[in-house]
Formats: sequence, structure tokens, C-alpha cells
Amino acid sequence: MDTVELAAGADIRGFIAAGFPDARFADTDDIFQLGFVSSLFAMQLVLFLERHFAIQIPNEQLSLDNLRSVAAMTGLVAGCRRAAGAC
Amino acid sequence: MLTGERPAPGTGTDRVAVRRVVDAEIAPHAAAFDAAEAVPARLLHRLAELGWWGALVPAGDGGLGLDSAGFAALHEEVGRGCASVRALLGAHSMVCWAISRWGSPAQRAHWLPELATGRVRAGFGLTEPGAGTDTAALACRAVRRPGGWRLDGAKTWITGGAGAALFLIFARADDGVTAFLVPAETLSSAGTTRTSGTAGIPGSAGTRTAETARAAGIPGTAGMRGSAGTPGTAEIPGSTRIPGTAEIPDSAGTAGPSGSAGPSGSAGVRVTARSGLLGLRAGLVADVSLDGCLLPADAVLGPAGFAAPTVLIGALDVGRLSVASGCVGILQACLDASVDHSARRRHGAGTLSDRQLVRRMIADLATDTAAARLLCAEAARLRDAGDPDSLVATWRAKYFAAAAAQRGAAAAVQIHGAAGCAAGSLVGRCYRDAKVMELIEGSTEVEQLVIADEAYRGRR
Repeated sequence: MDTVELAAGADIRGFIAAGFPDARFADTDDIFQLGFVSSLFAMQLVLFLERHFAIQIPNEQLSLDNLRSVAAMTGLVAGCRRAAGAC
Repeated sequence: MLTGERPAPGTGTDRVAVRRVVDAEIAPHAAAFDAAEAVPARLLHRLAELGWWGALVPAGDGGLGLDSAGFAALHEEVGRGCASVRALLGAHSMVCWAISRWGSPAQRAHWLPELATGRVRAGFGLTEPGAGTDTAALACRAVRRPGGWRLDGAKTWITGGAGAALFLIFARADDGVTAFLVPAETLSSAGTTRTSGTAGIPGSAGTRTAETARAAGIPGTAGMRGSAGTPGTAEIPGSTRIPGTAEIPDSAGTAGPSGSAGPSGSAGVRVTARSGLLGLRAGLVADVSLDGCLLPADAVLGPAGFAAPTVLIGALDVGRLSVASGCVGILQACLDASVDHSARRRHGAGTLSDRQLVRRMIADLATDTAAARLLCAEAARLRDAGDPDSLVATWRAKYFAAAAAQRGAAAAVQIHGAAGCAAGSLVGRCYRDAKVMELIEGSTEVEQLVIADEAYRGRR
């Protein structure tokens, strides 16, 4: 993981922590399985990721698996950035 | 535009111009639409001229490309004139937004220009006889088959469903809730394409056969229901299509390319108009049943299996902003009518407006109107900024505005007395419409739970 990805991971962790100040979770923890996310949170995560990282997540990448942990979202963002850079 | 600075949709000017159109062409006829349970075809055309069907369609795809603030202002003004017309534009805009946001390039190119002009009108199919906003209870099934999908189920309370040429249908697939673009046109078992009358084109009335009229529960076969004195050009609510009935002639403009409904043998989409509703009576509400409806693989909109947290929540967010803004319009209409009536109505030595209890009701109406408008503006601002908090802001705006509209309309009827109970009364119609606003796009109680859940977020 390079420094860009580390920074992205920190930003994602910060967004989740801001919404759930009491939550304790590791970067690889499944935040949906931990149960502290609300019903709207998946869409809020999508809105956050797309705005904060200036990406558009393609439909085929939008899945619970890609949103369920900080690590998964970091990988999703990196993939979207690579795809955008390749264009 | 509608916030004061930007150009207004279809008028090239500002909110004042939109208000002028609503006051001249919509509000004076709203009672007649309500009584007839229909909106005339010529008004549907007029909305197309104004570009209001395509309010949320990007300019590059043929729409007005309004931002959320402009959309909210437009829907407030239209909702002030006629809640049913607002509802038709709102439901259509939900589908427009969903395709703009989640559509593939091919889907966008195919549908958006047609939706932007209103040549194709769209309905939003989520609610079922046994499931509302609770997607876990959806019974409509989507099953993969070679080359595409098969849909079976029933959707109900689809605003604009009567006359819609396209439905956004949410169904349960093996891997989760999935959104489908379902053209109303289907192929009969003989392989004959039947095309829906679209965009309220005159002539769609001619598609109603005796059999379809019976199925729609409407006595007689032509003309508007009720006797509102509206010129008889109104579109009949509903264009019920039943597999096996006579071929329906294409009126003008088609819903899309033939074949988009899948290979031959797929009948499957049946639309049945609802009538006699409490409110939003001219909203062309219909039920849709899907019986072995065959769709190609590219009918899926957005992420397959993951539509509930994405396409669905996003489209409902648009719908809630429209409903909330429409409630601001209802409040403004009730306030204007109540001030006018109470200032003129003689009571004792003075007028009703001299009475302090009346003045208190006016104060609450004025304050609720301003507060609801601000909540809508805040939700729109956050939406336009792409802020994750926009979703809850929209829930709050809709919750407050619908409850306030219901209170305010009840007060307005109280102020009007018997006049508010008369046939054709503006405040009486607002009272019925406002109650429906407390139920659609999430009931007041569901909104309370969601808003409270957000307040408790992070605590278990």
C-alpha cells in the first residue's frame, strides 16, 4: 500500500468515525457486520467516496463487499483512480 | 433560476415566470382535474413545452439540468397550483434522476432524451400489496434466464402509472434487490408489438376498449369521470393494457424500440388505473402486474443485487424533495387563501381576521410555510454539494413539510368553514392532498424512525 492509499484509508476511517464516534473497528473489520451502521449508511458512504475522492464508482464495482471495510473501500478508490488515470 | 438568480425552466426568466405559468395555466383548473381524476393531455403537452418533465435530466441529454435548489423551487410552485401535477412531475423525475445517475451510456442515450421531452412518461414501481418502503418484504421476483430476466409480481400505487411508457421496477433477485427498466410496451404471444399511448397524446383515450375499461373499474369507456366542466380533452386516467386484447394503435411517438421488452412471447405488463382516491386524485395512479415479464439483460439499472442502498435510496431522495417542496406549495396556497378569506369574510362588526384565534392559525401557517421552505432549501443545498448528510436532510424536510401541510390545510379548512367543505374548494383539496403527502415516499412514522436512528447513530 503506497502513501496515497494510506492517506485514503485514513480519510475513510475519519468519515466513519465522525458518524459513529463510539465505534471501535479495525481497517479490515466488516462494519456492516459490526452492526453500528444505519440503513442509510451505504449510500452515505457512496456519496462520501465519490465526492471526497472525485471519482464515480462504476455500477459493477458497487457492492456490499466493496464497502464493508476501510480496507475494501481503499481498494475500491484505488481501482477507480487507476481506471480514471488510464483514460 | 427559481432561487432568484438562475434562469427558470422553459421560460428563460425567473421564478416569477414559473409562478405566472402556474397561476394562469394550472391553479385555475386544479379543482377540475381533481374532480375528473385526470390531467388534460394539453397540459401534459404544455409541461413538455416548458421542459418540466426533464427538469433533472442533464442539459446534454435534452433536459433542463436544474440543480436540486431549482428543482425544489419548481416543485413548490407547481405544488402550490396542483398537487397532482406536482406528483406526476415528481414520480417522472425520480426515474429521470435514477437513469441519469445510474444508467449505462446506452440506457442514458436511449431513455433520457425521450424522458426529457415527456414523450415517454415514467412511473416508479416499488410499493407492493404487501410491502412498502421495507425492501426486505418485496415479493416481486426477478429470475435470471438465458439472455435476460423474468419478472413476476405486483406493484401498486404508481403515480403517473396510467399512461406511463416506462416503469422503474424493483424486484428481488437471488443476489438482492435489483432495479429494472420495464417498458410498458410488450410483445403479445403472437409477437405483435403493442405500444402504449405516451405523454398524454390525444388518441390514447381511443385505446380503451370495453374490456380494459371494465378491468380498470371504470364504467363507460370514454370521457372524463366526474362532471367538473372541464373541456373534454382530458386524457382518460389510465390506459389499461391487458395481454390478449386488440392491438393498441401507436398514437404519436413510441415508448422505445420494439424488442426492448424481450423476445416474443412476453406479454406480461398490465396496467390498471386506480380511481376514487382520497387525494392526489389527478395523479393518474395505477397498479402494475408483471406476469412472466421477459426482459433483456441490459434492462438492469445500476448495480445488480445492490439497488436498495443505491438506486432506490437515491430515487426516493429525489421523490422526497419533490413531495416536501410540494408541501411548501400546499402551505403557501392555504396561507394565501386563508388570509384572503378571513380578511374579507364579515363576522360581527368586523371580519374573521379580527379574531385572535384566527390570527394564531395564520401565524402558524406563515411560520410553518417559511420553516418548511428553509428545510427544503437546506436539503437541496446539501444534495447539490453531494454531501452525505443530504439524505437525512431530505427526510427531515419531507417529514416536517408534510406534517405541517396536513396541520395547515386542516386549519385553512377551519378558517373557511363551510366554504372549505364545498365541492371544488381549494383548501378542501389541499386538506385531502396533504394527508396523502404524509404517506407517500415514506410515511410520517417511518420518517420519525429514520431521523431518530440518525440522532442515535453510533450508540446501541
